[in-house]
Amino acid sequence: MSWTAVLLLCAASYALKAGGAVLASRGGGVLEGRLDVLVVPVIAGLIAVQTFGDDKTLVLDGRAPALLVAAVLIWRRVPLLLVALAAGGTAALLHAVGA
Amino acid sequence: MFDRLFRDSLSIGLATGVYAVSFGVLSVAAGFSVAQTCVMSLVAFTGASQFMFVSVMGGSAAAALPPAVLLAARNGIYALSLGSVLRRAGWRRALDAHLVIDESTAMALAQDDPADRRRGFILTALAIFACWNLGTLAGALAGGVLGAPETYGLHAIFPAVFLALLVPQVRSREVLAAALAGAGIALLLVPAASAGVPVMASVLAAAPLLVRRRAKVPA
Repeated sequence: MSWTAVLLLCAASYALKAGGAVLASRGGGVLEGRLDVLVVPVIAGLIAVQTFGDDKTLVLDGRAPALLVAAVLIWRRVPLLLVALAAGGTAALLHAVGA
Repeated sequence: MFDRLFRDSLSIGLATGVYAVSFGVLSVAAGFSVAQTCVMSLVAFTGASQFMFVSVMGGSAAAALPPAVLLAARNGIYALSLGSVLRRAGWRRALDAHLVIDESTAMALAQDDPADRRRGFILTALAIFACWNLGTLAGALAGGVLGAPETYGLHAIFPAVFLALLVPQVRSREVLAAALAGAGIALLLVPAASAGVPVMASVLAAAPLLVRRRAKVPA
């Protein structure tokens, strides 16, 4: 595989992060402390795609029940490590039984 | 020192480390060298985009780069939102920018106190940077010894972790609506748009919040 592609990915990834960071410091006054609302829908979108997305189709597999288990544990204020393990365990179990 | 923030950051780091092993395996299986795989984790340092890159790369660079870069653009949005968390001075900001990823951003914004935000950002980022790169190296060297991530339920861990970090940020009904709308936009676009677009498009759901917040600022 070509180094060019790898380095392009690296350069683009950093440039996007740095671009946002520079813009944030230039933006200053008006937007300062207000842009955090941008993150919530993006993370929510990421959760949705990582739970139901499979390439270009939406599927219902072990990940959705795993997220449901996680949601209950988060609501019960269970520590994060246990939430992660429970979600992974649920999905692994369902995968093993072929769900 | 070893409080909840510390434990949570370490937990995410360890979970990421396990996931990194499967990235290493997948990357080498897709034809990348161990060195290329490690450089990606060290320098690109954005998990979801790296996964997308090596899984599409089987075709060609021209096919793999656009979705991976599009997905990486969310880090730009994160950096934009972390204005007060990132350090100001030029080179320090340049270093901090490298650490802007899903987990460090979500961990920072899940805290109420500004000092906790900074600490959550750094702790999570450093824990993940260490584990992500060690895991990548281990996976790249181990090669095909391990099975698919699905066998271990690894693919289900991150949505769960992100949900845990999202919940504290949902402080009002409006924000909840934006979160649900973001998820809805992304899901609607999965069958229609090319890879990487759905997650980025979910940012549109923040528009009503931004408009309302700006309206509240005295002129």
